[in-house]
Amino acid sequence: MIEICIYGRGGQGGVTLAELAAHAAILEGKHAQSMPSFGPERRGAPVLAFLRVDETERIKVRAEINEPDVLLVLDPGLLGVGDVVSRLKKDGMAIVNTIKSHEEMKTKIEANKMATVDAMGIARAVLGLPIVNTTMIGALVKATGIVKLASLEAPMEERFGKVAAKNIAAMRRAYKETVVS
Amino acid sequence: MKKEKVVGLEGSFAVSEAVRMANADVIAAYPITPQTHIVERLSEMVAEGELDAEFICVESEHSAMSACVGASAGGARVFTCTAGQGLELMHEVLYIPSSMRLPVVAVVANRALSAPLSVWCDHSDMMAVRDIGWIQMLAENNQQAFDLTLCAFRIAEDNEVLFPTMVHIDGFHLSHVIEDMRLPDAEEVAGFIPDYKHPFALDPDKPVSMGCYGPPFIYPETKRAQEVAFENVMPKILETWKVFGDRFGRYYAPVEKYRMEDAKIALLTMGSYSETAMLAIDELRAKGEDVGLIRLRLWRPFPFKEFREAVKGVEVLVVLDRCVSFGMGGPVCSEVKSALYDQQKKPHVVGFIGGLGGRDIPIEGFEYMIQSALEKVKAIERGEEVETEMIGIRE
Repeated sequence: MIEICIYGRGGQGGVTLAELAAHAAILEGKHAQSMPSFGPERRGAPVLAFLRVDETERIKVRAEINEPDVLLVLDPGLLGVGDVVSRLKKDGMAIVNTIKSHEEMKTKIEANKMATVDAMGIARAVLGLPIVNTTMIGALVKATGIVKLASLEAPMEERFGKVAAKNIAAMRRAYKETVVS
Repeated sequence: MKKEKVVGLEGSFAVSEAVRMANADVIAAYPITPQTHIVERLSEMVAEGELDAEFICVESEHSAMSACVGASAGGARVFTCTAGQGLELMHEVLYIPSSMRLPVVAVVANRALSAPLSVWCDHSDMMAVRDIGWIQMLAENNQQAFDLTLCAFRIAEDNEVLFPTMVHIDGFHLSHVIEDMRLPDAEEVAGFIPDYKHPFALDPDKPVSMGCYGPPFIYPETKRAQEVAFENVMPKILETWKVFGDRFGRYYAPVEKYRMEDAKIALLTMGSYSETAMLAIDELRAKGEDVGLIRLRLWRPFPFKEFREAVKGVEVLVVLDRCVSFGMGGPVCSEVKSALYDQQKKPHVVGFIGGLGGRDIPIEGFEYMIQSALEKVKAIERGEEVETEMIGIRE
């Protein structure tokens, strides 16, 4: 089982990201669980969402993820907020939306593996909006391979209807541009 | 061959699907966190014509249950859902369908009670309605939320039952979680839920008054009749779960056991943390401990026989309550103790309170309770008083 924490701000779509990825994994015949950090989310406030994917076994645990295998950061401004970043497993992976260089980001987070992408730039260019969740799914897939990129198309179409195509394009572009090392 | 598909569904949507497939006639509900998604989805289904039901937008939960009472007395298949303070506001009216034998089905997304205000999960709301004559059952995952909601219609509406039925799904932990589950074919479900006809539904051609006035010469008899009828619902609950299991392959029981073979120590849980507790049991079993898990699926009527059977041979029973009965400890623990009082041979019962207002209980939390209970039993055997411990409290 892989445990992923998505760290963003209310309104950035972190919960939706976890839900879309869970749907994609389930469509592939895997077991998945998406769980918001329960509560009345407020726009702009730090929000955690949780995602678990297991290739073979049904997921039983319902506790929050305290030490994730993967930490996906939607808003680089949150890197200094709270202790979320420090709870990443030592052999874990961080995936960060940032305009900083990949090498610079590697000095900021202690992680075994790092993935970076300018998701905000891509979202503004492709969607015309500063909402990075669907873009960051591309980074998540590139960095972890938890699902196939194509498996996200149906859940996105169901969720976004007319604007799904743009979101899928943003995801695909982020997949290409994400640097992993 | 069962026709079903694996889907990723939020717990709230799983409940809404069950209500749609059960083809409810009337839905009266007021949105409240964390139950809101159920109401939203159902109102969407009605608006889109996916469900041919009357959706009554009410101004409060008190009105929601009042509308349910009227609709159910008229012979309709009725559904509502609420949570926490909403269930409390409904409280006064909850007694009416149980006394008038109206099979309203309600799903409660369990939520803590104010003050301080909390939208998060615990079992305070469901414990506050345990004495009102509703059948109460609990789901541990989204599959069960769907299955038990379906079963609730069949149980409640059985003419030998005719009692309102509540299905409890833990707020957020199920209501807002998307996970994989099996969704049966609508036709299969239609075959499971028989057409419903209340034997004494209101009829404008034969007007009667119902539940209006009970002076002392008749009131106790009505309560006796209600109690006898309620005590007799168990066979129908068992029968429905058997029929459901034979048809859909998932069997439910009033008390469910996990790795209880030769268990000397048993943990008792209810609701969504039960599967997390299973992982703790697995870890302790791997270390060679004789532990198992007992889950109460049915809370009312309390399954005395099945419970006593489940704890046979158990020396220490560890009970987790997600509610405080102030001045009394945990309500489930008290109940369990009273169920065991007359038994010649019975386990030590050690109660814990945890998971209040959405406080997380990790796997280690369950291991802690079991280890700590063994220490407490030693103290009990030394003749010391042992208080109910609230776990994870910062002092």
